[in-house]
Amino acid sequence: MSALNIKKGSTSHSAYDLRSGLSEVEESHTLAVIVENEPGVLARVIGLFSGRGYNIDSLTVAEVDHTGHRSRITIVTRGTPAVIDQIEAQLRRMVPVHAVHDLTMEGPSVQRELALLKVAGTGAARVEALQLAEIFRANVVDSTLESFVFEMTGTPDKIDAFAELMRPLGLLEIARTGVAALKRGV
Amino acid sequence: MTKQMTGAKMVVQALKDQGVEVVFGYPGGAVLPIYDELFLQNDIRHILVRHEQGAVHMAEGYARSTGKPGVALVTSGPGATNAVTGLTDALMDSIPIVVLTGQVPTFMIGTDGFQEADTVGITRPCTKMNWLVKDTAKLSETIHQAFHVSTHGRPGPVLVDIPKDVQFATADYVPAEKAKIAHYQPRTEGDAARIAQLVELMEQAERPILYTGGGVINSGPRASALLRELAAETNFPVTSTLMGLGAYPASGKNWVGMLGMHGLYEANLAMHGCDLMINIGARFDDRITGRVKDFSPRSKKAHIDIDPSSINKVIHVDVPIVGDVTKVLEELLRQWRARGSKTDQRGLASWWKQIDEWRAVKCLTYKPSTTTIKPQYALERLEALTKGMDRYITTEVGQHQMWAAQYLGFEDPNRWMTSGGLGTMGYGLPASIGVQIAHPEALVINVAGEASWLMNMQEMGTAMQFRAPVKQFILNNERLGMVRQWQELLHGERYSSSWSESLPDFVKLAEAFGCKGIKCEDPKDLDDAIMEMIRYDGPVIFDCLVEKHENCFPMIPSGKPHNEMLLSADAEAFRSGAVLV
Ligand SMILES: Cc1ncc(C[n+]2csc(CCOP(=O)(O)OP(=O)(O)O)c2C)c(N)n1
Ligand SMILES: [Mg+2]
Repeated sequence: MSALNIKKGSTSHSAYDLRSGLSEVEESHTLAVIVENEPGVLARVIGLFSGRGYNIDSLTVAEVDHTGHRSRITIVTRGTPAVIDQIEAQLRRMVPVHAVHDLTMEGPSVQRELALLKVAGTGAARVEALQLAEIFRANVVDSTLESFVFEMTGTPDKIDAFAELMRPLGLLEIARTGVAALKRGV
Repeated sequence: MTKQMTGAKMVVQALKDQGVEVVFGYPGGAVLPIYDELFLQNDIRHILVRHEQGAVHMAEGYARSTGKPGVALVTSGPGATNAVTGLTDALMDSIPIVVLTGQVPTFMIGTDGFQEADTVGITRPCTKMNWLVKDTAKLSETIHQAFHVSTHGRPGPVLVDIPKDVQFATADYVPAEKAKIAHYQPRTEGDAARIAQLVELMEQAERPILYTGGGVINSGPRASALLRELAAETNFPVTSTLMGLGAYPASGKNWVGMLGMHGLYEANLAMHGCDLMINIGARFDDRITGRVKDFSPRSKKAHIDIDPSSINKVIHVDVPIVGDVTKVLEELLRQWRARGSKTDQRGLASWWKQIDEWRAVKCLTYKPSTTTIKPQYALERLEALTKGMDRYITTEVGQHQMWAAQYLGFEDPNRWMTSGGLGTMGYGLPASIGVQIAHPEALVINVAGEASWLMNMQEMGTAMQFRAPVKQFILNNERLGMVRQWQELLHGERYSSSWSESLPDFVKLAEAFGCKGIKCEDPKDLDDAIMEMIRYDGPVIFDCLVEKHENCFPMIPSGKPHNEMLLSADAEAFRSGAVLV
């Protein structure tokens, strides 16, 4: 499931909301949730998703305003338009939530994920891995005679594609951060 | 000017500053410093309960009957876990309560210390918000925030978990005015353009209905007054959920009775057949909608709610209005009057004629008996004999609760306190004590089923100790009646564990508690017995032995649409289909 599934014409820039509130088609949405950085807040947000049976495809969180103690949680979730609206309403009414942005609805956004991939191998496989890494603009951040750790940033799709290629070349382990996203422009 | 004090003292000071008069609680190791401070003052009354669940339901009863937040104080570990049912009950019914729990000292948290429980973890899904306070300097501010959050926006339960070392340590007291509450200011004003849209729909409607709920009660007495004005000026029929009873008076001209699973025939059919549904502070609960797909299929729907997440959650509406009921109704009436709005008189007249035809079915008719007390009869007599008194009713959960809703009339808000969303057996007795503590002179009656009542009967000790003259009116059918009814209608008459076996002798039980016991089994004695109960100056346990196999009708089996309602006459014909919830 792609996290970059932006529906054309369904943004707030459109004169009409082209999504039917009653559509049964599931969509992927990226939500940025700005919360008070207090203990338990992340648990409350995640508990909402598990308690009400919503999906989490990816989740990242970090404090982004150290003086104001605000954290930004980026959640990629899936659901029918009615479910997405409900998720947003449920998030917005939470006491420690300051703002909820649906980046999928608010116009084009930049979405990036960081991944570390450990690939073991020697000989031709090792050379091939290195060449592919170059094409994908992955950096080597650790290397031994029989292994590399590649670092790459990109959309989740791009990371998926790279990981698929590395698999036959000796992919041992992969660590991914989940999606961080910002709206394009101002 | 700041004042230094211990955390324990801060708790009491913050409660005083919040105008708290009474705390329902139960001590234990982790709250002893707070109990010490309670001992050293006289402004706040402490009601010692017999079980922490009782404390929370009492706080709910207090809150539901006054509109002010109720407060409970319990110890760590088992004290806190015993509070969970009450918190969930308050969450489901949007009742403002503040629960303070003791916790093991901060340095012991996470070590599986004695009576340690992850209280904020356990209660996170059943509170509107909760806090673990690890620093005395933050304690008073957090308590003030807790009161603010509990009572603003959609009300609900909050919990503050206070480790014992935080109670002992000293810091500056932050007064209520200085507490940081700014960011939680939910919107209360309704959107004027949306309200205008509703006004237009109201002018055109031929078959309108006002569908009101607990939000009208929660919004305060002014909301009920405005609702009455709206009904009077439009002549629209009014129905209400279980939670909203009393917002519009039962004696009011436009009252069509309660709707829902055990609601009145005319109310449910009016919901099904209307062309404009105006939901005011209700939430399209499944006990109201029945099968969602067939819910009121031909109507335009407007929904007024302070919680945006209630809107479009279950039923898609045409006119969503987020706001506090009082403010929205004020604006609605203002626009209605300013436009010189008129209703569709012809349409309304035939709509009322239709409703009167449905009323003529007399769906609450039951087969009377001269030998056994029918539960409906008991409630009719209770209603007749207490009408006009300064009366508050609580209930337990089951058939008796539904009969009470059907056969008792409520003229004002905050007079009917029942566990709606969670359906908590064991709620009614402690809730009645909470109500009585708030209204010492009033007649407070808990309409109970014998099985529910036993779940928290230990609280009779509390009623005795604090001279709360609550009347426990138990409709004793020696059955888990509502369970038995479903088994009869939906599970092939297999009465699996729905007998109330080995019941105590309630009169002797009353004597054991030191209160009055009354037993009545003959309809001829009922009036005198009820009068004896009312006149007795003290708590009474009234064992009213009723017909054991009576079913509660009308009934919309869950998952069925409103127009597939069972009336008592149909019951025999209905013996099929499993029901999900
Ligand atoms: C705590 C709890 N447990 C179980 C239930 C399920 N339940 C609903 S009504 C009912 C029977 C109640 O019996 P009683 O209090 O005697 O009332 P009656 O229906 O007989 O009037 C039960 C078991 C519940 N609502 N609450
Ligand atoms: Mg019973």
